[in-house]
Amino acid sequence: MSRSPASIAIQGVHKRFTTAGGTDVVALAGIDLAIAPGEFVCLLGPSGCGKSTLLNAISGFSPPSDGRIEVAGRTVTGPGPDRGMVFQEYALFPWMTVAQNIAFGLQIKGLDKAAIAAEVERWLALLRLGEFRDRFPKDLSGGMRQRVAIARVLAIDPPVLLMDEPFGALDALSRRALQDELVKIWSELGKTIVFVTHSIEEAIYLADRIVVMTYRPGTVKADVRVTMPRPRDSSDPAFNTLKRDLGAMVMAEQARHDEAERAGLTMD
Amino acid sequence: MVPVALIALWQAAASAGWLNPQVLPSPAAVGLRWWQYLAPTQAFDPAQGSRFMWLISGELLHDAAGSLYRVLTGFIIGAGLGLPLGLLMGANDRLFKLLNPLVQILRPIPPIAYIPLAILWFGLGNPPAVFLIVIGAFFPVLMNTIAGVRQVDGIYLRAARNLGADQLTVFRRVMLPAATPYILSGMRIAIGTAFIVVIVSEMIAVNNGLGYRILEAREYFWSDKIIAGMFTIGLLGLGIDLLMGRLNHHLLRWHRGLEH
Repeated sequence: MSRSPASIAIQGVHKRFTTAGGTDVVALAGIDLAIAPGEFVCLLGPSGCGKSTLLNAISGFSPPSDGRIEVAGRTVTGPGPDRGMVFQEYALFPWMTVAQNIAFGLQIKGLDKAAIAAEVERWLALLRLGEFRDRFPKDLSGGMRQRVAIARVLAIDPPVLLMDEPFGALDALSRRALQDELVKIWSELGKTIVFVTHSIEEAIYLADRIVVMTYRPGTVKADVRVTMPRPRDSSDPAFNTLKRDLGAMVMAEQARHDEAERAGLTMD
Repeated sequence: MVPVALIALWQAAASAGWLNPQVLPSPAAVGLRWWQYLAPTQAFDPAQGSRFMWLISGELLHDAAGSLYRVLTGFIIGAGLGLPLGLLMGANDRLFKLLNPLVQILRPIPPIAYIPLAILWFGLGNPPAVFLIVIGAFFPVLMNTIAGVRQVDGIYLRAARNLGADQLTVFRRVMLPAATPYILSGMRIAIGTAFIVVIVSEMIAVNNGLGYRILEAREYFWSDKIIAGMFTIGLLGLGIDLLMGRLNHHLLRWHRGLEH
């Protein structure tokens, strides 16, 4: 039923840009990553480490200055529905109801009415949104909005899911519920997921593999496999050992971020 | 409450003889005149047509229909030009840079200033009046549509493109609805302007309509009829604004409570 997940190959990716203040920033410097089909990868690091920049490069919205990104063997040249994006700000169309938001991508795909209706029903059920189908986004909580955004993007069946701090604006309980939901969906549907977060715990809870990034210029500081079985238990000693190790790495980068901010160089 | 008190005070002052009826007639006199203005002028005659046609044969309804016809025709043409041009100018930077200077020069010219040209170009009657209303309705719709499209949050465009939308789909299904609150408020301003312009243009170029009628009443010193005409203009404006409000309410169901 669903398309098989795709591999992602990131080779020698650099990204430079000039801030509004005229400073040249090297956001990414020589990123090499090979992501296997169906892998759940978290990009972890302090703000300014270029993790969102990397995600935007994969999405095709902001191409790299140098280097190459391939998804399923094809070079990325622009945005496309093979890489579904989930934004922290949900980005639901406020003038459409929940059902209409989910139907949007399906209509673009050119499915007939009956097929769209059936798909919408399926995703409403899967994300337990049934009773909200005719609501507008403004009448939903943050957690429900993000469910709709996930349903909308999954409905077009992308082999890759790109998630930019998707649960960053949610309260702790909604966040945990959505994390569990995401893991369940991922294990059932088999998507390749690249998930940006600055929460160490979230990364350990979700990922097969955690890529820790350095603060400016963004490089890969560590590439850590997480082998604990799911569902993971955050009170598990192994969980905490990993949390301590990753914490030390991320905090070292956070310290560089703070240092740069004190020096007045940062422009986030 | 306040209008009732004001009318009572006005009536009391008129009854006490403090007001010159030539300058400010009593509310009762205005009401009576309004009724005469509204009522059919001739007795019902089955040979002349149906009872309904007779009922609406009064002068007021003819004037109101004439004014309304000009307002709506001018508004539809003006908004019909302003909306697509505004969408294009809002979405396309090059077109915006090309046309914006011209728009900025033309926009501050009040429609009234076009009266001499309108008469020169279109003569007398409905065409110059409608032309002036077109001018009056065009700019508010154009400016608000441009602003509406330009303020569309980029994240919606990115989300739509990520879901596979092409340029045309983004334009039609994202930019247009996202700009609707601005477009509708432009239309509300436009219809208000159309109302001002229709009254003025009827005083100059046409020989019926509410604007014509209150000017005609002035010639005869019928101050009660002037006020009756003004009252009718107020009622008609209120009616149109209520309808626009209902339309807004319906089209912007999704937007209520989002305004900051």
